Amino acid sequence: MTSPTAPGIVAGRLSADLLTAGFADLHAPLDRHEAHVAADRCYFCYDAPCMTACPTGIDIPLFIRQISTGTPEAAARTILESNILGGMCARVCPTEDLCEGACVREAAEGKPVEIGRLQRYATDTVLTRQGHPFTRAAETGKRVAVVGAGPAGLSCAHRLAMLGHAVTLYDARPKAGGLNEYGIAAYKSTDGFAQREVAWLLGIGGITLDAGKVLGGELSLDTLSDEFDAVFLGVGLGGVNALGIDGDDHDGVRDAVSFIAELRQSTDLSALPVGRNVVVIGGGMTAVDAAVQSKLLGAESVTIAYRRGREAMGASRYEQDLAASHGVRILFNVKPHAVHADAIDLEYTSDDGTGLRGTGETMTLSADQVFRAIGQTLTTDGGLTVEGRKIKVTGAGRTTRDGVWAGGDCALGGDDLTVTAVAQGRDAALDIHAVLTGA
Amino acid sequence: MADLTTDFLGIKSPNPFWLASAPPTDKEYNVRRAYEAGWGGVVWKTLGSEGPPVVNVNGPRYGAIYGADRRLLGLNNIELITDRPLEVNLEEIARVKADYPDRALIVSLMVPCEEQAWKDILPRVMETNADGIELNFGCPHGMAERGMGSAVGQVPEYIEMVTRWCKTYYDRPVIVKLTPNITDVRKPAHAAKNGGADAVSLINTINSITSVNLDAMSPEPMIDGKGTHGGYCGPAVKPIAMNMVAEIARDPGTRGMPISGIGGVTTWRDAAEFMALGCGNVQVCTAAMTYGFKVVAEMKSGLSQWMDEKGYTSTADFIGKAVPNVTDWQYLNLNYVAKAKIDQDACISCGRCYAACEDTSHQAIAMSADRTFTVIDAECVACNLCVDVCPVEDCITMEAMAPGTTDPRTGKVVQKDYANWTTHPNNPGAVAAE
Repeated sequence: MTSPTAPGIVAGRLSADLLTAGFADLHAPLDRHEAHVAADRCYFCYDAPCMTACPTGIDIPLFIRQISTGTPEAAARTILESNILGGMCARVCPTEDLCEGACVREAAEGKPVEIGRLQRYATDTVLTRQGHPFTRAAETGKRVAVVGAGPAGLSCAHRLAMLGHAVTLYDARPKAGGLNEYGIAAYKSTDGFAQREVAWLLGIGGITLDAGKVLGGELSLDTLSDEFDAVFLGVGLGGVNALGIDGDDHDGVRDAVSFIAELRQSTDLSALPVGRNVVVIGGGMTAVDAAVQSKLLGAESVTIAYRRGREAMGASRYEQDLAASHGVRILFNVKPHAVHADAIDLEYTSDDGTGLRGTGETMTLSADQVFRAIGQTLTTDGGLTVEGRKIKVTGAGRTTRDGVWAGGDCALGGDDLTVTAVAQGRDAALDIHAVLTGA
Repeated sequence: MADLTTDFLGIKSPNPFWLASAPPTDKEYNVRRAYEAGWGGVVWKTLGSEGPPVVNVNGPRYGAIYGADRRLLGLNNIELITDRPLEVNLEEIARVKADYPDRALIVSLMVPCEEQAWKDILPRVMETNADGIELNFGCPHGMAERGMGSAVGQVPEYIEMVTRWCKTYYDRPVIVKLTPNITDVRKPAHAAKNGGADAVSLINTINSITSVNLDAMSPEPMIDGKGTHGGYCGPAVKPIAMNMVAEIARDPGTRGMPISGIGGVTTWRDAAEFMALGCGNVQVCTAAMTYGFKVVAEMKSGLSQWMDEKGYTSTADFIGKAVPNVTDWQYLNLNYVAKAKIDQDACISCGRCYAACEDTSHQAIAMSADRTFTVIDAECVACNLCVDVCPVEDCITMEAMAPGTTDPRTGKVVQKDYANWTTHPNNPGAVAAE
């Protein structure tokens, strides 16, 4: 075994026990009694602010009341009717910015109802104890291609299937799930939850999964449009922005998303190499996920370098604190200047209102490994109109091409969140259904 | 620190907190521990006649109603009177009383409605040197089927008769414990007084089924697939008990009669409320059964602190102080007009007041797009529902309108003078104001 202080990018810095403990469930599930106590704190608000704050509009007061009366299965149904990936959202949603941030008890006492954990309690009950709770409508005879089996595509496919349409669900990767499977910190989705949820979701029937097919590769939008009655694109953002500085192509420089994906697919974390001194460039959730997991793999020092101040950071305050509690240092107002063999130069920044600029003052940090987490880009637009580097959509995800819808991270509008993608996929499905059936 | 000593029927106790006749007071071991924990008095669990003791069920004796976090709000029991031999109980009572002369010790009794039965047992109780007796005319389960307990308490003539026997054959204070399972508690109270009772104690437990097992389709507590009604007690029954206490305290026929208050006393405040309604002391059971004997420490410290804050130096200073303010609906001041007022700084925008008022009351709260809730005075009847459902204490208050101002709901000027229903023009039986 190596150790946290072993130089370079090496595997096996921590014992198997420490790795297991570190990557365990971030929030242990509530047991029945804990759930009842937590549920009792809900005030059952009128026109509840938490519901308004949820991109999928889950009837949160109702599902919490259903938990408190001992019917978590009914609670799960309430959740899943609005958000078929309610199980994953319960784990990965930045609830502090959404439902829990809007909770009146947050306003009252700084301690919101634990909506996320309650949602997990309810959805876990259904995912572990019951079969699929929804049934399909009679077959409509319509066929829809859904490209991308991430949150948007899964949500869209499920709703379409439920409405009686036949769906072929394509994905470029070997497994469905998208970022749920490849892009979320391991401690937020333990025990293979992403795959369990996909398998459960497909239990609705009427969805054929066809993995390993890439739009622009095996798939073309023209062919899909010919073969299917409608097409939904939920292809995400496959590209990663470059740093655009000297040394960007250095061996130790890597995309955070590929690191996270490798980690998520790893069956032996002790075989996964990580640097002794890790620097993550960026300020979003991906930066935090990469930084914390580097630390959990045994990196001695991990630093997040973000070019703006704390208030502008994409990662929520909760995520920032999570990183800090794991020993990750967050530097604000610094941008990468140059990468060397075992170090990185950072330049301080300031913004006087006319744009962010380097001040000329630099610092050097030891860095065996540098992760890029400065945003992702669309890699395939299928020839559709692009606006703001995303596929242009109007209404419920209608692209500029008839019969083609898009949603999730690849489409214009909304935050790049799992829950937003689920809402967009669902709403596009309803719109597709309306168009196909003339409803 | 305020003096908590109470004198009830000449029986002195260091504080007004007595343990009621119930499982906690069934034997010497418990009662000694209770006294050591600081209880001012104990009513020993009900004794029956000499001979083979009663038997209890061997399945669950209790059922419960819970609030959040399994906080016990109501308890139901089907336990009978003591199932230990009379001789054993009497020996223990004598021993305990000898060791704790400063604490009150009352013996609860329940024997058949035959003069001889009472004539037999009373001298034996006398020998224990206990301070008095309490007649259990309230137990609603089991014993009532045998013509005792609440079966007696529901017939005023029996109450009077048995009380008189007790006053004849026993020369220490006699307390009559009343059942709430009647329509008008004043009738049995009158009967007790007529029989010569020194005091009444109330309430005993309320007939109840706490829950139904929906798998077995049986009431709970369930004994081998069947259940029976039990006696309900605990915090849930306090409002019912306080009303009955107040009815007796203000009735012309029983006014001034000493009352020992029972029914859901859990904190010092509960005790203070019972005592303000005329109780000379209180009896506690469920709180002790839920939390153990130590709860009395809070009751004593809390009552003492409150008395100090109010300037009461003895319990006699506030006993019965709220009784003159208990009145009939017809005497409430109809000229008093209040309006709800929402403190916008305290409001957390949950909207419960809005839902309650809009859906179920008077549509007197307006909601703006930014979730600001305001009272519409022209619709508000001051029903208080918004106050009751608001999760934030003192966020919504009822503010009295000053005389001379105009109530926007009725368009009438608020009058300074008191006027009630008896003189109201809408009352067909109104009497002309003098």
